[in-house]
Amino acid sequence: MKIKFPLWFYQLASPKWFYDITGKLLPWFSSAALLLLTIGSVWGLMFAPPDYQQGNSFRIIYIHVPSAILAQSCYMLMAVAGAIGLIWKIKMAHIVAKSCAPIGASIAVMALATGAIWGKPTWGAWWVWDARLTAMLILFFLYLGVLALSSAFENEASGDKAAAVLALVGLVNIPIIKYSVEWWNTLHQPATFKVTQKPAMPAEMWIPLLIMVIGFYCFFAAVLMARARIETLEREKRSEWVKTVVENA
Amino acid sequence: MNPKRKKRLIIILAIVLGSSLAVGLTLYALKQNVNLFYSTTQIANGEAPKDARIRVGGMVVKGSLKRATDSLRVEFTLTDYAKNVTVVYTGILPDLFREGQGIIAQGKLDANGVFQADEVLAKHDENYMPPEIKDSLKNKPAGVTQ
Repeated sequence: MKIKFPLWFYQLASPKWFYDITGKLLPWFSSAALLLLTIGSVWGLMFAPPDYQQGNSFRIIYIHVPSAILAQSCYMLMAVAGAIGLIWKIKMAHIVAKSCAPIGASIAVMALATGAIWGKPTWGAWWVWDARLTAMLILFFLYLGVLALSSAFENEASGDKAAAVLALVGLVNIPIIKYSVEWWNTLHQPATFKVTQKPAMPAEMWIPLLIMVIGFYCFFAAVLMARARIETLEREKRSEWVKTVVENA
Repeated sequence: MNPKRKKRLIIILAIVLGSSLAVGLTLYALKQNVNLFYSTTQIANGEAPKDARIRVGGMVVKGSLKRATDSLRVEFTLTDYAKNVTVVYTGILPDLFREGQGIIAQGKLDANGVFQADEVLAKHDENYMPPEIKDSLKNKPAGVTQ
């Protein structure tokens, strides 16, 4: 099994390279996020048409759906980074995995909170122990578990390993969240967007949603890079290049 | 791939597969408990426990809603297009409660097979559309379907 990746991919494993390249990328992602989130929220909250049944309360979809998608993507990134760190013993992978956890936890809270706010006017309840909602709550607890575990050890490397194993075990929750609405009777409605079908939503509603989703991803990339850069400096503080970076700052 | 890494990769795959299998079997065993509600067919066939708080879900049959004139008591029929269940509820219905809409009621089944609900939740579907489109669909001449 021999797969060749481009050179920059291997270079990402070097803390110094990662620090330099993310320093260049960060402003691009943060400005893209600012731009897309502004356009998307103004469009979605003010100009998109109301829903025929839910009226204006459906507009929370423009925050709820992107945060729910991102909370799951972030978890997958964290688990994959953890696996790479375990198998290839790459320091940078553990740094990325560790930086994912607090971001993912906050985004999961956002998905749960906006869902509750949406649930009250549409369903008539803030919270129901439905399979989708419960699986999402478990995702939040998994993030908390990874956070706690990674800082529970005196030795940084043991914390990284333990957190990565927990993240991998919790990976089973991701398909459960995705398919919960199909496998069981749930209060949460099934997916509006499917790969094989036309969306059950007109373009003037889903285009701003798509902009918000991309905006959320850019925001996530920017925040992740910022956190990972600080974590890198912290862990590499004894190396020469970090001393130079800190002196020049 | 060097043998050490290969071994670690296999261990990790085993952890992921093993935990998925364990969770999968657990959920399979708890299938009925994971379902939030019983369908009206299950209720009509007597699959739901009597004298226990359960939930029933289905569509509100068009024209079945009867409101009491002197109280908040409402009566309506739920269907899954196979069997029907009559639901009685006293209280304020959610905004999205409409005939032809999916709802979930929580309560008990009485001796006559009537569901005495103490909570009614509206379920909305995955379709979103602006009100004008809904109106134009409604105003289409009979016999024309999209």
